Amino acid sequence: MASEFLRVQNLTKTFGTTTVVKGVSFAFGKGEFISLLGPSGCGKTTILRMIAGFENPSAGSIVVDGQDITSLKPNQRQLGMVFQAYALFPNLTVGDNIGFGLKIAGLPAEQRRVRIADMLKLIGLSGYEKRYPYELSGGQQQRVALARAIAPSPRMLLLDEPLSALDAKIRVSLREEIRAIQLDLGITTVFVTHDQEEALSISDRIVVMNAGSIEQLGAPHEIYNKPASRFVASFVGQLNNIDAIVTDAAAKTVTIDGQAARVPALPADAKGPVTLTLRPEVLAVGARDGNDITLAGTIADVTFLGSVIRLRVSLGRNMVSLDTFNDQRTVPPARGEPITISLAGKDLLVLQG
Amino acid sequence: MNNNRLWAWLIFALGAAYFIVPLLATFEFSLRMRRGEYSFDAYASVFADPRFAASFGYSVLIGLCTIVVGVLVVVPAVYFVRLRMPWLKPFMEFITLLPLVIPALVLVYGYIRLYNSSSLIPLTGSALGTDILLTGAYVTLALPYMYRAVDNGMRTIDIGTLTEAAQIMGASQWQIIVQIILPNILVAILSGAFLTFAIVIGEFTIASLLNRPAFGPYLVGIGTNRAYEPAALAIISFIITWGAMGMINLLGRFAPRTSPRTD
Amino acid sequence: MDDIEAWPGTMTDTNTAPHSRRIPWDALAVAPFIVFAVMFLFLPTLSLIGAAFTDRQGHFTFDNIVGLGAGQIVSAYWISIRISGASALLGALIGLAITLAIIRGRLPAPLRSAVMTFSGVASNFAGVPLAFAFIATLGRLGLVTIILRTVFGFDLYRSGFNLLSFWGLTLTYLYFQIPLMILIIAPAVDGLKKEWSEAAQMLGASPWQFWRYIGLPILWPSFLGTLSLLFANAFGAIATAWALTGSNLNIVTVLLYNQIRGDALQNPGLGAALALGMILITSLANIIYLVVANRAERWMK
Ligand SMILES: Nc1ncnc2c1ncn2[C@@H]1O[C@H](COP(=O)(O)OP(=O)(O)OP(=O)(O)O)[C@@H](O)[C@H]1O
Ligand SMILES: [Mg+2]
Repeated sequence: MASEFLRVQNLTKTFGTTTVVKGVSFAFGKGEFISLLGPSGCGKTTILRMIAGFENPSAGSIVVDGQDITSLKPNQRQLGMVFQAYALFPNLTVGDNIGFGLKIAGLPAEQRRVRIADMLKLIGLSGYEKRYPYELSGGQQQRVALARAIAPSPRMLLLDEPLSALDAKIRVSLREEIRAIQLDLGITTVFVTHDQEEALSISDRIVVMNAGSIEQLGAPHEIYNKPASRFVASFVGQLNNIDAIVTDAAAKTVTIDGQAARVPALPADAKGPVTLTLRPEVLAVGARDGNDITLAGTIADVTFLGSVIRLRVSLGRNMVSLDTFNDQRTVPPARGEPITISLAGKDLLVLQG
Repeated sequence: MNNNRLWAWLIFALGAAYFIVPLLATFEFSLRMRRGEYSFDAYASVFADPRFAASFGYSVLIGLCTIVVGVLVVVPAVYFVRLRMPWLKPFMEFITLLPLVIPALVLVYGYIRLYNSSSLIPLTGSALGTDILLTGAYVTLALPYMYRAVDNGMRTIDIGTLTEAAQIMGASQWQIIVQIILPNILVAILSGAFLTFAIVIGEFTIASLLNRPAFGPYLVGIGTNRAYEPAALAIISFIITWGAMGMINLLGRFAPRTSPRTD
Repeated sequence: MDDIEAWPGTMTDTNTAPHSRRIPWDALAVAPFIVFAVMFLFLPTLSLIGAAFTDRQGHFTFDNIVGLGAGQIVSAYWISIRISGASALLGALIGLAITLAIIRGRLPAPLRSAVMTFSGVASNFAGVPLAFAFIATLGRLGLVTIILRTVFGFDLYRSGFNLLSFWGLTLTYLYFQIPLMILIIAPAVDGLKKEWSEAAQMLGASPWQFWRYIGLPILWPSFLGTLSLLFANAFGAIATAWALTGSNLNIVTVLLYNQIRGDALQNPGLGAALALGMILITSLANIIYLVVANRAERWMK
């Protein structure tokens, strides 16, 4: 971390008798794009709103750029925020929406006009200045909301699920646009989402939360490849759980629905049933170099997803998913066909308990 | 943040005082009939007056007629306009707003000129005719409220979909209205009815100009002749209005909704 | 059937099922409504407008309109306009303040529903009983008058107050104007999204700046619409004034009432002109609203 820009220390929020944020601490450097990721109700919005100043923390502190802002009013914090439901001012034109913060800051009209034009260019909506919010599509409104938030050059940008009201295509293109603008301006950004793919694709670092606490904090590849807990493993990305029976812990061998496999990660004291996990993408159809375990099964389900075909393979009691690329020259596999799959034993993780 | 709540409480308290003090004062006044002590003599005197029962009964009767006629005029029209003739809707909205713009006094002046005993439709020539005219006038007066209540009721149950569903199952137009639409908008209709009742029960202007023995003119008569009874009557009227509104509130809890919309 | 075919309501029927023999339900259902509107709204109004331009011999004339310029009539209109304007404006402002206090001031929810219910009652508690209540409160023997005199030593009536005056009547009218405002404006205030005020705060705006640039401009069309409704409401009111003051108060409704009862103006045409003037004034209030709402329409969906 180059220099610490945002520090959240022991942040706690209690509503009535329930504590929804439980002593959360993290710190980030200037210009980082941070995602708060977690299931619904885990307290992401509450943390963001405490940073914004709309909720008073029950305990803890928030420091931005060396200044303790914990007790400042929202309008004194110089932060920018984008809301889930756009929240553009309906009575103001696009231009006036973007210029609102500048007007409040007392910027002369001439400079305001220049800045508004710059912002419109940045979000690709030049020429929309005189329109009213209702005349824009959802995606356009959200871009205007983004421009409005960054126009006064805030110290930090807060986004609360800014994409969840949009349809899938725009969601992807707009998140890339947000990331590009963020990199361009180098503005520290806190992004709240419950969509793991979204978080993985645009963040520098991710804070994975569950039930008011941090489960793991790290770069996207760390979160995905080395989940720190069962919760993170299952929440981030797809995960196959396989029930196996330990045959010889010393030799690290198990049987999966009667088929033998060697699991290097098996602890020496393991015995009886264990649960193994692996990502769908480490499974291959047929044999593959380096894969030392082959399993036979039948295809239970085929889902055609365009470039990718997702197969569900029944190994007996266990069911695993794997993805194969769609090959236009061959017919996709059909339900009920027998199939052989392979994997590398070292990719199997053992979940205790 | 506490500051914020303080002004809110302050305004609320001032408002509450303005609205509650007259009620308390009126109640207190209504108890003052007997010298030197509080008593319900004023109420006893009101209830003992045969003209009270007569005029109140008359107004209740006219109120009920108003409700029946209002429902018959408004419900089918709203239903078919919503379903088949949406282009008529702005026109209906305009008509139902007129009674809020044209004063009742002006309308009744028009009625008296138009339907006098020497006209084509001599409604004011007979008592029954005048009662019909009074009912018509009250329906007009209540039209904006009845229309809005019924229209809201039909919007929340999405009559279009209901009607189509019933048609697919082979219901006739008549069956649809009686068995499906009416039960579903009953609460809305009743709300409109109670509101109508509250408006009509103490109405003075039209009843007095048409010379009908209604409750409103009776009240004015008492007001000029008596000291304490008017206060008692004000309290009674307030309780009646409260009752009608309370019924609307109560009914609102039973309102059916077929399409839980979040927009 | 033929004369029913003439109603505009039948036009869709010919659209959907030309020459069909089935019963034109649509037309039959809408016909009573239209007949009713014609009989009880259009014809009476038109007949008054006609009468306003007719002299005793049945000839066209402007004399009745000119006659409205008489001193007593002008002053009656003027007092009516002032009372209606004052009670509408005060009612709207106070009603808005109370609504904001309940909704934006986050008063407890039960309080809010109590206020809404009470508003429903009080907005309908107009007319004669309201006059009685205010006589019992602020009349010469009213509770408040007595308490002010005996406890605070303040003689309300000697200080110039009179229930039967401009301010007395305005104060009385507020009892139904404020609740009406609350009932109508509450949905609009509810429609002010929390995010708007939060977005404004994030952009550095103080609460006052939020209301100045966002909150009040958004409420403005609803506010004005309700204001014009309150104005018409008070302008056409007579029962309260009549029960308070008898025929003494020179407001335009009382003047017209007396004219209807006994031809007080000695000229039926003049009475019709008086009524026409009332319609014009309440319409004007509505037209002003429509023009403003139309300009706001640009950003309202
Ligand atoms: N003002 C409040 N009063 C009481 N409880 C609240 C309040 N705001 C939030 N909560 C509770 O706090 C918990 C966390 O809410 P929060 O909005 O932070 O969740 P979230 O992680 O943003 O979820 P989502 O993904 O659904 O938006 C929830 O259980 C919620 O019910
Ligand atoms: Mg949230």
